[in-house]
Amino acid sequence: MNKENHQVLLEIKDLHKEYDTRTVLDGIHLRVHKGEVIVVLGPSGCGKSTLLRCLNGLESIQGGDIQFDGESLVGSNVDWQKTRQKIGMVFQNYDLFPHMTVIENILLGPIKVQKREKKEVMEQAAQLLEKVGLSDRKDSYPRQLSGGQKQRIAIVRALCMNPEIMLFDEVTAALDPEMVREVLDVILGLAKQGMTMMIVTHEMGFAQAVADRILFIDEGRVCEISEPKEFFTNPKTERAQQFLNIFQF
Amino acid sequence: MQNLGINVLFEGTTLQRLFEGLMMTAGIAFISIIIGSFLGIGMGLLRTSKSRIVQFICRLYLEVFRIIPILVWLFIVYFGVTNALDIHLDGEVVAVIVFSLWGAAEMGDIVRGALESLPKHQVESGKAIGLSFWGLYRYVLIPQAVRRMLPGAINLSTRMVKTTSLVVMIGVIDVVKVGQQIIERSIIKVPTASFWVYGLIFILYFIICYPLSKLSKKLEAKWEN
Repeated sequence: MNKENHQVLLEIKDLHKEYDTRTVLDGIHLRVHKGEVIVVLGPSGCGKSTLLRCLNGLESIQGGDIQFDGESLVGSNVDWQKTRQKIGMVFQNYDLFPHMTVIENILLGPIKVQKREKKEVMEQAAQLLEKVGLSDRKDSYPRQLSGGQKQRIAIVRALCMNPEIMLFDEVTAALDPEMVREVLDVILGLAKQGMTMMIVTHEMGFAQAVADRILFIDEGRVCEISEPKEFFTNPKTERAQQFLNIFQF
Repeated sequence: MQNLGINVLFEGTTLQRLFEGLMMTAGIAFISIIIGSFLGIGMGLLRTSKSRIVQFICRLYLEVFRIIPILVWLFIVYFGVTNALDIHLDGEVVAVIVFSLWGAAEMGDIVRGALESLPKHQVESGKAIGLSFWGLYRYVLIPQAVRRMLPGAINLSTRMVKTTSLVVMIGVIDVVKVGQQIIERSIIKVPTASFWVYGLIFILYFIICYPLSKLSKKLEAKWEN
């Protein structure tokens, strides 16, 4: 699974993020190669979600650089509208638009933002819905869906924009345990198809299965970047060991 | 039938005049509600602005309309502003101006409340699919806000319809004024005239306002599904 030779899609250099005086991210370095799946782990409040949010401009940054596809995402002249079409993001909360049906949710971005042909987007949406097993819920409203179904639709909505990378911010954290699997299976499927992804999660089994590399963050710093097998069996840092111990009974 | 005061309503052109008065009332209210709603949406968007100065000005505007009675506003514009600028404005025009500005202030507050009550992640997921500022408002926020603000907006509309009765004071002949004229004319012959005339006016106001609340119930039920 070595994708180190692939082209670098995303490069984070010395990223600093502060809220008022509190430092949240303190010099993050990371290279994400095309097709690579990075799982970001770390204790609550370590800055994992903030890291993802910085990558598509939902948070401002105070220092460092982010290069995406050869272009910098730092400064006031970044065209976020254009960039966000290439960076799909799925959040923890079910973030579907409640006043639109499933298909309307999916079509909004491709048609209104990307100005694509409705017929072509409909075909793509139908294929994606088929893949996540929700073809029959096309005309449902979000409130008629279960949490797991909503998250799968949110993933389809992001995928329909044809992003180059997908960011998943604890997408199963708010779900009933019974529904976690159906969402994780979708993400695993994406990994098999070679989608580049950064995933923040607390599902350790899933992290091990899906990741090419694990990025372990603590107190806003990268403590460890290693392959999942190595990270879970033989973590290099004490902090990572302590973290992993929490998940063992 | 001689003693039945209700006949006062059917004499001569009484009904027609009352109807004309009603149209004046409804017309002023309707135009003001439309203008006020559009201005109010703009106002509501401005009030969610991050700029302190914009926020302060909008807030001041709202409070000024809340604190000063509408009757005083009608006087200020009808007598004061026209005098100061040396122009003439008809009572009806003044009424529409004052009620539109009042509607904008109150509607702005309702719109702001509705926008702020929307979960923050709606904004973020809208941004995440690349929507522009206007796209975000147009496709995601305003449609949801409209549903939430409906009860308040309908309530405001009925309040505006009712408050138009103040326009009498700046010489506009609305339904209440017509009623008074009819009562004054017939009170000696028909001592119960005020009961019947005001009774009819009561029903007329009901006829204007009831469909509004009916409409809001219907829309709420529709959006519920």
